[in-house]
Amino acid sequence: MRDQSLWTWHVIAGVVILVFLGLHMGVMHLDALLGLFNPEGGHPIDWGNVLARMKSGFFTVTYVVLLGAALFHGLYGLRNIVYELGPGAGLRSAVNAVLWIAGLALFAIGSWAAWAASRLATTL
Amino acid sequence: MPPALPGARPDFIQDIAMTNGNSEHVTYRVKHFDPDRDQAPRWQEYRIASSAGMTVLEGLWQLKETQAPGLAWRASCRMGVCGSCGMWINGKARLACNTQIAELESSFVTVAPLPNFDIVRDLVPDLTPMFDAHTVVLPFLIRSDRAEQESPTVEYHQSREELERYLQFSYCIKCGCCMAACPTFATDALYSGPMPLTQAQRYNSDSRDDGFGQRKTVLAGTAGPWRCHYAGECSRVCPKGVDPAKAIQLMKRELVLDFLRLRRHSRPTDLVEKPEGIKRRPDIPEAPARTV
Amino acid sequence: MLDVRGHPNRLGLWGWLGGGRWGTDRYLYTLHRLTGLGLLGYFVLHIIVTSSRAFGQQAWEQAMARVSGPLFLIGEYLVFIAFAFHAINGIRLVLIELGIGVGKPIEPVYPYRTSLDVQRPLAVGAVLLAAVLAVVGGLDFFVWH
Repeated sequence: MRDQSLWTWHVIAGVVILVFLGLHMGVMHLDALLGLFNPEGGHPIDWGNVLARMKSGFFTVTYVVLLGAALFHGLYGLRNIVYELGPGAGLRSAVNAVLWIAGLALFAIGSWAAWAASRLATTL
Repeated sequence: MPPALPGARPDFIQDIAMTNGNSEHVTYRVKHFDPDRDQAPRWQEYRIASSAGMTVLEGLWQLKETQAPGLAWRASCRMGVCGSCGMWINGKARLACNTQIAELESSFVTVAPLPNFDIVRDLVPDLTPMFDAHTVVLPFLIRSDRAEQESPTVEYHQSREELERYLQFSYCIKCGCCMAACPTFATDALYSGPMPLTQAQRYNSDSRDDGFGQRKTVLAGTAGPWRCHYAGECSRVCPKGVDPAKAIQLMKRELVLDFLRLRRHSRPTDLVEKPEGIKRRPDIPEAPARTV
Repeated sequence: MLDVRGHPNRLGLWGWLGGGRWGTDRYLYTLHRLTGLGLLGYFVLHIIVTSSRAFGQQAWEQAMARVSGPLFLIGEYLVFIAFAFHAINGIRLVLIELGIGVGKPIEPVYPYRTSLDVQRPLAVGAVLLAAVLAVVGGLDFFVWH
């Protein structure tokens, strides 16, 4: 039963990533063409632009959504690849556990950073 | 005109061979494995005369008759129906009887047993895992009217459109070519593989069937269609045009819709109404007694 | 049951990359896996590096300085190409794996027209679109800045 639900979420996460990572890539790497969300001009990773996005509730929320979706999508993809290499039952559950722990840890780091950055931006 | 030598082919056949520019020699590179003597498979080369229209299987017969009497392979119908002679020919899984030497466009014919299956001997793969997986997906009509299925009184209703929903997948001859070509099955022995999944979809999409829920216990798990990533190799090699990759994607759609509670459950079709007041014509004999 | 002493003959990992004469879609499949792995690796580092913004301007600029320079720029561009391919090919895969664009079951008549042929325009379009995106990204990376 598990793969039916996991794979469906994998696809849903893929669509979410497509929207928000598409936006992220547009902001970061097609800035000269699109010029989105870079109020200070210059490079998108200049502190002024970063600070503007940190202040924005939209970016804080979508960063966390994107973080979760991308971690799930990527780690399930990795799990697929590992499973398809034909590991034994013990290795399978070990891989599962490691991926869950790694995923949750990275999600915790990333969402803490988004939250802390948003708090920092409002005080500045 | 001199009398023809015994065994020599009539002139006109040789003429055809000549005009096609195909009465040449080809080199067969054949994988040998004798479980009693060999530690590992070994390659052996043979040169044989090929003629126009000659199939890889005919070449093997020629080899066996003239140079390699011990060579073993499976074949039966020699016309692409029985599915026995699936082999790995010049880097692709094909039926030896359905592949002409000329279409390989090479002076080398490399013949090996279908990969991803253990080698029983020489060109004979052990297809047991495939048939086991086939059994697991319940490849038969599942209905609640068991008595009617065991001793049918009339037919089940099925329209032309309903037939076409699964007909393509029912052309499968279980040769195993798709399993040999599948990149997932190349590493993952727990994956059902293209053939069993296609057969599961064949019955799932049959309007007379009601077994989606039962098959789901296997298909929703790790052996199911989730291991397919559309490398498309199965559909490319299928000698019958069954298109397993299509069946597997259609199956995924059904299972995803099922997970999202969006799948329409349709009742399996009813029996055709028994015609009444019809008498047998005297010149049509009674059906023979059932033997099973 | 026949007592069979078989010799193992799985293609293994070699089957993902080589080992036979494969079709185009199989190489797209391999490329999708490799780009996916690359993106995942980058993403893990990216989460950690960009978390520095929570510590203020100095920490952010230090972190950004550590990952600057021509090598990182080229690496980032490779990530962008991987993203372009994985995203566009991913759209194609989502459609196909939900049974859209592979065609309905048909009666197979030789020469067979399989779902591979039906979805071929999608595959060609995806590769072309990814290439265009990679070129535009390249201009933004190296020319317009």
